[in-house]
Amino acid sequence: MPNFSTNEFKPGLKVMLDNEPCSILENEYVKPGKGQAFNRVKMRNLRSGRVLEKTFKSGDSLEGADVLDIDLEYSYTDGEFWYFMDPNTFEQHSADKAAVTDAEKWLKEQEKFEVTLFNGAPLTVTPPNFIELEIIETDPGLKGDTAQGGSKPATLSTGAIVRVPLFLSKGEVIRVDTRSGEYVSRASKA
Amino acid sequence: MSEWEPSAGIEELRARAALFTQIRAFLSSRGVLEVDTPLLGRFAITDPNIELFEVATPDGTRFLQSSPEYAMKRLLASGSGDIFQLGKVFRSAEYGRRHNPEFVMLEWYRIDWTHYQLIREVAELLAGTLRLRTWQIWSLEALVDHFCQINLHDATELELKAAAVNAGVDVVGNLGKLDYLDLLMTHVVEPGIATWGLVFIVDFLEQQAALSRVIERCGNPVAARFEAYVYGVELANGYWEESDPDVLARRFEADNYLRSTRGQAIREIDDRLINASRAGVPDCAGVAVGFDRLLMLAQGRSELSQVMPFSWPLA
Repeated sequence: MPNFSTNEFKPGLKVMLDNEPCSILENEYVKPGKGQAFNRVKMRNLRSGRVLEKTFKSGDSLEGADVLDIDLEYSYTDGEFWYFMDPNTFEQHSADKAAVTDAEKWLKEQEKFEVTLFNGAPLTVTPPNFIELEIIETDPGLKGDTAQGGSKPATLSTGAIVRVPLFLSKGEVIRVDTRSGEYVSRASKA
Repeated sequence: MSEWEPSAGIEELRARAALFTQIRAFLSSRGVLEVDTPLLGRFAITDPNIELFEVATPDGTRFLQSSPEYAMKRLLASGSGDIFQLGKVFRSAEYGRRHNPEFVMLEWYRIDWTHYQLIREVAELLAGTLRLRTWQIWSLEALVDHFCQINLHDATELELKAAAVNAGVDVVGNLGKLDYLDLLMTHVVEPGIATWGLVFIVDFLEQQAALSRVIERCGNPVAARFEAYVYGVELANGYWEESDPDVLARRFEADNYLRSTRGQAIREIDDRLINASRAGVPDCAGVAVGFDRLLMLAQGRSELSQVMPFSWPLA
């Protein structure tokens, strides 16, 4: 990978820092009139998600990180790895637990997930913001109770548990916001 | 985004014009003569921390000047008396919220003055422009001690590094002592004095002398320099000027040595300046003020682009 100098640290650039792939968030140039110039850089460690604030001497450089975001379809898991397929090339990628983390409870077969590849291997898996999933278990629905008031836990086909309104019942398909883990609406049709 | 429009509003451009007029009136009324020295010079500054634009001309490479200092000193040596210049200067690698590679510098020289007399005049100009009533003077040593609890003159590289780490500054790689001091200035001291109004810092380290003379203060050699900060923004840099040609030549050579160790191009030493000093640059104090930063503060803005017709990306 090419090296990038501090003046090329634009938001979104992926670089290696201490052997970890990072994405540049902000880059501020500071310099005393007579003296050394610095770049104060905010960057996100793409593996941990942690935001770091580092200072570099201006003109120093970092190696670019071989990082690529692609949309892959989730296929299946064997318990150790989660397998994703590129719908264009049919190439298969296996993600481990460290890459899947919290996305695990949203993994629906044939659904597209944004997978960040680092040196060709999945680093993180990001679910779509909204996903439609079937309720496989919940307390029986209360007929007529379509107004407000009250919610109950429901287990979805992927194993996620979300709170849903009382009127919903097993077998129905709902739309969920994966960022907050909250119920949004009934899906039009499964 | 449309790229034809100016980065500053029309109000800021009017204020810009008014400030040009105000500064010229301030200095002219005090008997300081306006001069305009060349922007494209045969020689350039040796300072390793200043990068320049080089321009190919039919008569060889010329440098867009990073300051009118050398040419103005040649005028001083020729008997010009007190002079000022208000014009563009260039520093190729400097771009950020408070840096633009092309900017306006106000520079003036007062014969037979020390830097303390000049501080008073700078304070009068800045206080008038920025409507500030008071100002204060701190030695660099006292200021660094105040914010970083270290003794600047005795501190080692490691102690300066530790002070930076204690202040939460996470720097990649290792720096020299002066670089750590610059780091503490930009990351700790500048934010610390951001509410202080007009602050002059004096008595810099001997190694920071640049073209100022070195004097003794409490048993330590210090550079007879000052810097003016307003709300934590560096606005001006002044010297009680060193006029000894041999001392200047040695400093230029030391700069070039440092440049060579850092893999930077060696700058040919400006022998016209050295010869002017040999002929006799009068005892004087000089100061450079960042015009655009002054206007930015006067207009209550936080970025230079907001007070420049077309900032670097739009130029």
